[in-house]
Amino acid sequence: MTLTADTGTDTDEGAVAERVRKIKESQDVGVSRAEGWRRRGPLLPALIFMIAVTQVPFLFTLYYSTLSWNLVRPGSRQFVGLNNYIAVIQDSQFWSVAGNTVILIVGVVLISALLGLGIALLLDRAFLGRGAVRTLLITPFLITPVAGALVWKTTILDPNNGILNWVLSLVGIGPVDWIGQFPLSMVMVELIWQWTPFMMLLILAGLTSMPRDQLEAGRVDGATAFQLFRELTLPHLRRFIELGVVLGAVYLVNTFDAIFMMTQGGPGVASANLPFYIYQRAFLGFDMGQAAAMGVVVVIFTMIIASFALRLIFKSFSGKEEAA
Amino acid sequence: MTSEVKVKKLRRAVHRLTAFTAVGGLALTAGCSGAGSLGASDNEVTIALVSNSQMTDAQKLSSEFEKDNPGVRLKFISLSENQARAKITMSTAMGGSQFDVAMISNFETPQWAKDGWLLNLSDYAKKTPGYDEQDFIPSLRDSLSYEGNMYAVPFYGESSFLMYRKDMFEKAGIQVNQDPTYQPTWQEVAGWAKTIKAKQVSDAGICLRGKPGWGEVLAPLDTVINTFGGRWFDDQWNAQLNSPQVKEAVNFYVNTIKDSGELGASSTGFQECANLFGQGQTAMWYDATSAVSVLEDPKTYPDLVGKIGYLPAPIVEKPNSGWLYTWALGIPKAAKNPDGAWKFISWMTSKDYMRLVGEKLGWARVPPGSRTSTYTELPEYEAISKSYGPLTLQSITNATPNKPTVQPVPYTGVQFVGIPEFQDLGTRVSQQISAAIAGQQSVDAAMEQAQLYAEVVGKSYQEK
Amino acid sequence: MTTTTERVSETTDTAPVRKKKSTKFSPWGVVAWLVGLGFFFPVFWMVLTSFKAESDAATNPPKLFFVPTLDQYAAVFGQGIGPAMLNSVFATAMSTILVLLLGVPAAFALSLRPVRKTSDALFFFMSTKMLPVVAAILPLYVIVSNLGLLDNIWALVVLYTSMNLPIAVWMMRSFFLEVPGELLEAASLDGASLWRSVREVILPLVSPGIAATALICVIFAWNEFFLAVNLTAVNAQTMPVYLVGFIAGEGQYWAVLSAAATMAALPVILCGWFAQNKLVRGLSFGAIK
Repeated sequence: MTLTADTGTDTDEGAVAERVRKIKESQDVGVSRAEGWRRRGPLLPALIFMIAVTQVPFLFTLYYSTLSWNLVRPGSRQFVGLNNYIAVIQDSQFWSVAGNTVILIVGVVLISALLGLGIALLLDRAFLGRGAVRTLLITPFLITPVAGALVWKTTILDPNNGILNWVLSLVGIGPVDWIGQFPLSMVMVELIWQWTPFMMLLILAGLTSMPRDQLEAGRVDGATAFQLFRELTLPHLRRFIELGVVLGAVYLVNTFDAIFMMTQGGPGVASANLPFYIYQRAFLGFDMGQAAAMGVVVVIFTMIIASFALRLIFKSFSGKEEAA
Repeated sequence: MTSEVKVKKLRRAVHRLTAFTAVGGLALTAGCSGAGSLGASDNEVTIALVSNSQMTDAQKLSSEFEKDNPGVRLKFISLSENQARAKITMSTAMGGSQFDVAMISNFETPQWAKDGWLLNLSDYAKKTPGYDEQDFIPSLRDSLSYEGNMYAVPFYGESSFLMYRKDMFEKAGIQVNQDPTYQPTWQEVAGWAKTIKAKQVSDAGICLRGKPGWGEVLAPLDTVINTFGGRWFDDQWNAQLNSPQVKEAVNFYVNTIKDSGELGASSTGFQECANLFGQGQTAMWYDATSAVSVLEDPKTYPDLVGKIGYLPAPIVEKPNSGWLYTWALGIPKAAKNPDGAWKFISWMTSKDYMRLVGEKLGWARVPPGSRTSTYTELPEYEAISKSYGPLTLQSITNATPNKPTVQPVPYTGVQFVGIPEFQDLGTRVSQQISAAIAGQQSVDAAMEQAQLYAEVVGKSYQEK
Repeated sequence: MTTTTERVSETTDTAPVRKKKSTKFSPWGVVAWLVGLGFFFPVFWMVLTSFKAESDAATNPPKLFFVPTLDQYAAVFGQGIGPAMLNSVFATAMSTILVLLLGVPAAFALSLRPVRKTSDALFFFMSTKMLPVVAAILPLYVIVSNLGLLDNIWALVVLYTSMNLPIAVWMMRSFFLEVPGELLEAASLDGASLWRSVREVILPLVSPGIAATALICVIFAWNEFFLAVNLTAVNAQTMPVYLVGFIAGEGQYWAVLSAAATMAALPVILCGWFAQNKLVRGLSFGAIK
């Protein structure tokens, strides 16, 4: 019994067509060059736009990172080369905040993906009011992040008047200072609350589009629910889960509102992440050179990590691309 | 795919495109009106305010200004304190002309005046009959002046004092000295808090801020440090944050919170304490004099009327330890419409405005603590502010920003250090202290780390 | 290959009917309801708070029953919500249109026609999102200011487009990847020009996916706060900035802020609720296999 996600014949035919096309391309160099430009053509407007809008500010940021420039101390603008970078590398708080950022991203993405998977599975069965439940579930993703963070801080987690402590008091558990004792975890909880609907939607889409006859065939053949899930469902969902993980991670690198509203990065820097830390240097310290240097360091590290991660993803995607 | 389905899908796509275009077109016309209008007319005044209730009131009443000054159009932007400060600073420091009127405090004003970023308002005031610059409370006037001229004029001012529940004190058997010159000591206050807690009269004996931020926990804490004899820098700019006096003060603050303060102190700011005090979950609250706008409002807390007692800021070694702060209005140097800006500023900070607020919105909402005449020439305001008015005026008048500490210091400012680096330094130090309040590190560790931060700043001033 | 596409319509059309539409009591259904209500609860509480007076907003124990008031909404509307709403609609709509105009062809180029260095281009798009906005805000401020576009809604339009374009290209590319290459071959073999075959054959196939991407872009653009607060002042203020203006430094603001937040979220929530059917269908259209 072979349980493969792809229908065998299509892949073979697609692979053949792909091979034929590649042979045609390599044989006819002259035609393919013009053809190549025609194929790349539609990509150009977007590419040019992105280069213009994002690279120019990035170059400016690079330039500012070589200056020692405090915005509120006039006359302090001077070229200092790589001094800012040395200061950043020596700043132990920067690295502890970087650690927080990694924990935050990995934790939120993983947990919300898992939760999203679980909820999507729940919603995959028909029951009374399924549409209504789905509607309720996506709401956290639609709320302005600033407002969402404040709801959690003021209404739910407030140690004196919050709902969580009130519910706990009904069962006799004393009031807990959630934000003071578990700052990073609470920020993560809020972010998971916001992002699980997104993951859930993506995975639910994948579940809905899964061909069911294979499942039926498997069930008839006597496979358990868990085996079906692992061998059939999960591979099919992989593309969606990965899309969610990539998009979620990319956005969460920049997450700022939750920390700003809930904990102000405290106590100490226990719940600060890189964007918040940079914000403080830029808008409290008005030290523009330092902030720029930190930004560039973040870009370098994110690129290194992302290139590893994306190569992994592309390897898994390439199997599905052959029919295109 | 059948051709019918194809057509249906195509039609759906077309519908969607038309919908988009329609929305886009509508929004385009709207956007054009909203899009940045270049070349602001001479009669437009752009005002950046902080979103406290007194400023919101001013926005509401601004139609009165427009009635008296036909042809002048006012445009407001109102942001929370952190956002407003960051935005106004960035704009002003880069010589921007986005704002004609900017709301700043006595922290920025002397620095920006020295840097030449603000217009001299005393010149304008002299040309405005009836404005009466001398009517501003002297300590406030000085804190907004540079070389004798004012560069921002106060909208409202505040100091700090101790608020307590008279009924809870009675229940706990605490007697308070009623002498008008009495200033309680911090040790007395800590004792009262303990008694309240021990006798279970209230959840917390006292509410003290603990939220990180140079304007949050550091505001009350700095006054405690000052009155315990501590200081941030000595007159040679050596950092003093791990000196015995500072450590004693911070230990006292943190221990008082731990023993008889509120739960969740490390994320408690003004709003949280106001809430707790208003709901009777704490018996005392040491904070801004402007808290009366919240607490003495019969609409918000009808049960509290008449039950709140007020005492001057507690002291140890140094009397008159209350802080001094004001939200004031200034004109950035590159403002497009400075004359219109002054017209509005002089309206919003005038004696007539106080009367306007009292008559239209209620006497409890008169902006407190900026003009002496508010306390002497407005009988209606005097009547409703009997329990806190005189003490507010006294606290502001007696505040000593030029000599905030027992020992000499090279800076001014009671609850802040009047240097540009303080926003960052103060926030970093406050984060350490907040962690100590949350019990995540010892006070000693926090102050050692704070000392390192302060030394960096101090060094840059020693090299000047 | 008509069989593949027909199976698509089969599965998605018959999906809800696949299992018996159960009105009978299902324990998993109860669990789902509990989870849904749990996730929705903070939003519910926020809307509830928007009808409270400030003194009722944060009490111990939390108040479920109270005397409702519309004062908070009056305050929210009283400070001029119109311009902020219009600005948000404009910035969101225009940037989403631009994203689609630029992104659909790009996604098409990166998928249907395998180009050398496809993964490099995709990586470049994603890398533009790696620089934290907070670090680049001063350079952005300087550039925007020098272009005379401070407090101009078009600055936000351009920046939001650049913010959403990478995500859109990624998402739409995966939808385009699901279109069988044979369809395109068949179309071009018919003698139809490439553009016509794209327009008449491929676009309709992926249009639900495009709609889903558009909705995601709308959500992100509408809720964007940081760029808006730093690059706008009075003329181009958007809803999130307007919302934050209700956070008072010395005062109580929780109820009025809830009202402002409800108003700010309302358009997007309505959009999301009505479109979420399309969203699921659109996203699922992306996987034909």
